Amino acid sequence: MRAAVLSLGVPMAAIALFLVIWAASAARVQTSLGTVPGPVQVFVQAKALLEDHLLERSKQAEFYQRQAERNAKLLAEDARAEVRIHRWTGKATFLDQIFTSLKTVFTGFLIASLVAVPLGILCGLSKVIQAALNPLIQVFRPVSPLAWLPIVTLIVSALYVTTGDALFQKSFLVSAITVTLCSLWPTLINTAVGVTSVDRDLLNVSRVLQLPWTTKVRRIVVPSALPYIFTGMRLSLGVGWMVLIAAEMLAQNPGLGKFVWDEFQNGSQESLSRIMVAVLAIGLIGFLLDRMMLGLQQLVTRQ
Amino acid sequence: MSRIPAAGNRRKFLRSIGALAGASALGLPAHAQKARLEKEALKFGFIKLTDMVPLAIAYEKKFFEDEGLFVTLEAQANWKVLLDRVIDGQLDGAHMLAGQPLGATIGVGTKSPVVTAFSMDLNGNGITVSNEVWREMQKHLPMAGGRPVHPIKADVLKKVVDKFKAEGRQFKMGMVFTLSTHNYELRYWLAAGGIHPGFYTAADSNGQSGADVLISVTPPPQMPATLESGTIHGYCVGEPWNQQAVAKGIGVPVITDYQIWKNNPEKVFGVNRAWADKYPNTHVAVVKALIRAGKWLDASMANRVEAVKIISRPNYVGASEEVIGNSMTGTYEFEKGDKRPMPDFNVFFRHYATYPYYSDAIWYLTQMRRWGQIPEGKPDAWYLDVAKQVYLPDVYLKAARALVAEGKAAAADFPMKSDGYRGVQDGFIDGLKFDARKPNDYLKQFRIGLQGGEAA
Repeated sequence: MRAAVLSLGVPMAAIALFLVIWAASAARVQTSLGTVPGPVQVFVQAKALLEDHLLERSKQAEFYQRQAERNAKLLAEDARAEVRIHRWTGKATFLDQIFTSLKTVFTGFLIASLVAVPLGILCGLSKVIQAALNPLIQVFRPVSPLAWLPIVTLIVSALYVTTGDALFQKSFLVSAITVTLCSLWPTLINTAVGVTSVDRDLLNVSRVLQLPWTTKVRRIVVPSALPYIFTGMRLSLGVGWMVLIAAEMLAQNPGLGKFVWDEFQNGSQESLSRIMVAVLAIGLIGFLLDRMMLGLQQLVTRQ
Repeated sequence: MSRIPAAGNRRKFLRSIGALAGASALGLPAHAQKARLEKEALKFGFIKLTDMVPLAIAYEKKFFEDEGLFVTLEAQANWKVLLDRVIDGQLDGAHMLAGQPLGATIGVGTKSPVVTAFSMDLNGNGITVSNEVWREMQKHLPMAGGRPVHPIKADVLKKVVDKFKAEGRQFKMGMVFTLSTHNYELRYWLAAGGIHPGFYTAADSNGQSGADVLISVTPPPQMPATLESGTIHGYCVGEPWNQQAVAKGIGVPVITDYQIWKNNPEKVFGVNRAWADKYPNTHVAVVKALIRAGKWLDASMANRVEAVKIISRPNYVGASEEVIGNSMTGTYEFEKGDKRPMPDFNVFFRHYATYPYYSDAIWYLTQMRRWGQIPEGKPDAWYLDVAKQVYLPDVYLKAARALVAEGKAAAADFPMKSDGYRGVQDGFIDGLKFDARKPNDYLKQFRIGLQGGEAA
C-alpha cells in the first residue's frame, strides 16, 4: 500500500500541485504576446496541433491523387511521356517535426557511439593512447554546440556538394554532426573507465591462455565494461537530445528546434502556448529516451 | 496484337503534328506550352513578411501545380542565410530584397551572380519609433483635427536625436539587412530631414561613419523584441512587424515607405544565375505562376482577406490575422486608434508592379553609391549595364505572353513594349525627381550623400 502511494500517489499529487501553481501564476505575467498561457491554453494548442496534422495528411492524400491524375493524363496524351512522382510539398506538421528530430538525434548518436566506443576501448587498454587522447578530450568536451555549429556548417557546405534531390539535407547533416560532436564524450570517457576497471584476474587468464587480441576484447573486455559503456551511451543520448534543439534552431533543420524558433518569430497570441507544447514534448521524449536506454542497459547487463 | 498500339501511336503522333501546325498557324507559342520543364521539384525560401504572399498564393491556389511545378516553401532565419542558401543551391529561389541580387552580382557583401525576372510588390514598409521617442516627437508635431499631420518628416525626429546627443546618448535604429530596401528608405527619410545616417567605408562595413543615427541589422521578426528591450530606438521593416508594435503597444509607426517614395519597388524573386541558365523553362513556369498569384491578390478585396487568412498560418508569416490585415487590406494603423486609409500600401500587380524594370535596379544602385557601398564613382552606362545583368525582363515577357496565349491574362496587364524604364519618378518626400537615364545627375541633387567621384 505504502509502495503504491509512493510510486503513484505522490507523483500524481506533485503534478497536480505543479499544474495549479502554473495556472495561478501564469495569468499574472504579462508579456508583449499577452499573458503567459496556463495548462488549459497549452492543452488547447496541443489539440490544435494534432488536428492540424490530420488536416495536413488529408491534403497530402489529395495531392497524390491530383498528381496521379495529372500523370495519367500526360501518359494518355503521349505514351512515352516521362512522368515522375514528386514528394508531398506541404509543410511539416508538429508530429513530422518530432519524427525529424528523433531521426536526427539517433543519426548523431549512432555516429557518436561508433566513434566513441572503439576509441574508448583503445584508451582503456593502452596507457599510451590514453595519454595521447586525454588532453584533446579534455579540451573539446566542454565546447558548446553553438560554437561547433558555424564550423560544421561551413565544412558541410564545402564538402557535401549537392544538386536538388540529395539523399540528406545539409541542415540535417549539420544538426546530426553537431549532436555527434557534443554527445561523443560521455560514452568515450565511460568506456575508457569501464575498460580500465576490468578485473585484473580475467586479463591475466587471457594472457595465460594466450588469447588473440580480438578475442580478448570480444570475450573479456567488452562484456565486463558493458555496464559502463551503456551508462555512457545513456548520458550521451541525453546530451544529444538537449544539444539537438539548439542545433536545429540555428541550422534550420525542420525538427522541434525549428518549430520553437519559428513560433517565437511568428509572435502571434498562440505562439507562446505552442512553444510550451513543444517544451513539454521535448521533455517527455527526453524522458522516454532515457527510460529506453535504461531498459536496454538492464537487459544487456543481466545476461 | 502488337501492331495495334503501334498504329495507335502513329495516329497520335500525326494528330500532335497537326496540332502543332495549327498552333503555329495561329501564332500561338506552342513551344512555350509544351516546353519541357528541366526541374519539377523546387524549394523556395522566404522571410516571414507579408510580402511573401505571392509565393503562398501561388502554392495554395495551385498555380505552381498548374505549371507542373512541385514547390516546397520554407521560412528562413534571416536574409543572409536565405541568400547563402540560394547561392549554394540549397534553395532553388527565394523572396529577396531588391538590393540582394544587385549587391551579390557587383560584390557588395557576398559575391556571386544572382538574377531576377519578377518583382514581387510595391511599397509595404514602415518606420516605427519607440514610445519614448514618440512622446518626444509629439512635442514638435504639427497637428490637425487632433491627429498629427502626415507625412511626418524626419525634421521632427532631428530634434529628438539632438536631445539624445546633448544628453550624451546614442540614437540607434534597426533595419533588416545592409542591402535592404529598408536601409535605403530609412537613410533617405533621415537624410531628407537633415540627419546623417552614416557612410559605408572600407574600414566600416556597418555604415556608421559620420552618423548622427547608428543604424544596425536585426532580422525582421525580432524587431519588436529588440525595440522593447531598448537596444534600438526605432526601426524600418516590412509588415506585419510595424503593426505588431502597435498591437503590442511598444512603439508607433511614424511613416510608411509609400509616403517616402510613392510606389517604390520592393521585394523580388531571386535565383542564382547558374540556376537560371540551367533551367530556363522552369524559370518561365515559376514566373507564370507568380504573375497569376500577383494578379489574384490585386483582383479584389475578398481575395486580400482570404490571403490574410492564409499567411497568418504558422508555416507562413504566422502573426495574428488582425495584425496582418491592418496593412494588407487598404488601411494602416499608426498610433493605436489612428487608422488611416492607404489603398496602395501593398501593391502586388497594379501599376505593372511585377515587371522587372531596369530603372528600379538603377535606383537601388544609386543608393548603394550614395552611402558608399559602391566606394568609387561609376559612369551612367555602368548602372544600366549592371541592371541588364541582373534584371531579366525577357523571361518575364515570355511568361506573360504564354499566359496571354492561354487566356489567363490580358495583354494589357503587361508593359509588353517597355524599354525597361518607368519614366521619370517623382513622389519622393523631399520633392526630388529620379531619372534613371542620368544616375549621376540624380545623385548630385542630394545634400547628404556621395556624388561624382567622392569617397567617404
